[in-house]
Amino acid sequence: MSVASIITIIVSAILTDNIVLSKTLGICPLLGTSKKTDSAVGMGLAVTFVITVSSVVCYGLFKLLALWDIVYLQTIVFILVIASLVQLLDIVLKRFSPTLYNSLGIYLALITTNCAVLGSANMVVDMGYNLLETFIFGFFTGIGFTMVLILMSGIRERLSRAHIPAPFVGFPIALIIAGILAMAFSGFSGFAF
Amino acid sequence: MDIKKLKETALGGILNNPVFVLVLGMCPTIGMSTNVTNALGLGLATAFVLVFSNVFVSLLRKVIPDKVRLPSYIIIIATFVTLVQLFLAKFLPSLNASIGRFIPLIVVNCIILGRAEAFASKNSVGYSALDGLSMGLGFTCSLVILGGIRMLLIAAGFSVFSTAAGGFITLGLLMALFNFIMLLYRNHVKAGLLKGGEAL
Repeated sequence: MSVASIITIIVSAILTDNIVLSKTLGICPLLGTSKKTDSAVGMGLAVTFVITVSSVVCYGLFKLLALWDIVYLQTIVFILVIASLVQLLDIVLKRFSPTLYNSLGIYLALITTNCAVLGSANMVVDMGYNLLETFIFGFFTGIGFTMVLILMSGIRERLSRAHIPAPFVGFPIALIIAGILAMAFSGFSGFAF
Repeated sequence: MDIKKLKETALGGILNNPVFVLVLGMCPTIGMSTNVTNALGLGLATAFVLVFSNVFVSLLRKVIPDKVRLPSYIIIIATFVTLVQLFLAKFLPSLNASIGRFIPLIVVNCIILGRAEAFASKNSVGYSALDGLSMGLGFTCSLVILGGIRMLLIAAGFSVFSTAAGGFITLGLLMALFNFIMLLYRNHVKAGLLKGGEAL
């Protein structure tokens, strides 16, 4: 366990292997919540929390499943963990931050069906990370997601005042912006570690 | 059997196309449409899960309490996804190697939970199965179209289309084309009405 490998995980989670722009996971919330910067930040932080905790919990549970030799239950167990975490977050936010709760609205419940969360839990298992690496990977994957969401929302706020050809209004233009962002991010893959 | 409802349900995959109209299930659409084989494999796997989850949700719709319906639906879906996973690993190992990463993610594909919630929980088994089939095939078709276009562009030498960026841009352009055709169609209908002719 060296510092270099941790830095590699951080840089690849945020920049080179960004969960949205390079692994194409979590596109629904990217299109849905990136219209305003406020909700983008809120959504990003909520997802970061869920990804971090669920990666760590799923890591532990996977060890148990491997111990009992029932690894085929992985998908069912992971999705249950994620669904309960989101429910917990829902209760906590409703109690302590009603403004954020209201601004996230339906998208809070939709974190359950955000494939970035289940995707990163699966990736942790595939890559064979240890506990510390899992925590760092989960947290910085969430940060990478938040960053892309904020970038998108900034661009879309400006675009809302621009003239867009009728067929492109809404999702098509958002997808094309995401494509251009993804091209920009693929430039980071030149980093060698 | 209500013919009108039957027709509406059967055409749902086109008129309410999951990818181009409802904009659901974007992640596998962009991630797995680099070629036609992957697109077809993932589309059919999704369609299988969609049909069976719809059937079971519909069968159990009077048994499942309203408060715990979403977790119950997710468990039903996850069960069928696990079946697909085991089947692919055993019988189609080469396909599994290329699309295996996205198979567990069918659980969180919004189309499946969306149809369970919006359709199967309110309709009888027959309609739900038909809806699952129609939506599943609609999804498969969009995936295959996207995969075909990207494959052609990659073969023509635009290697950028094999990356995520190319996927975003192709889907964005296709969706704009779809919107454009719908706009033309609506204007056509409107023009027909103004002339006093019959609406299409």
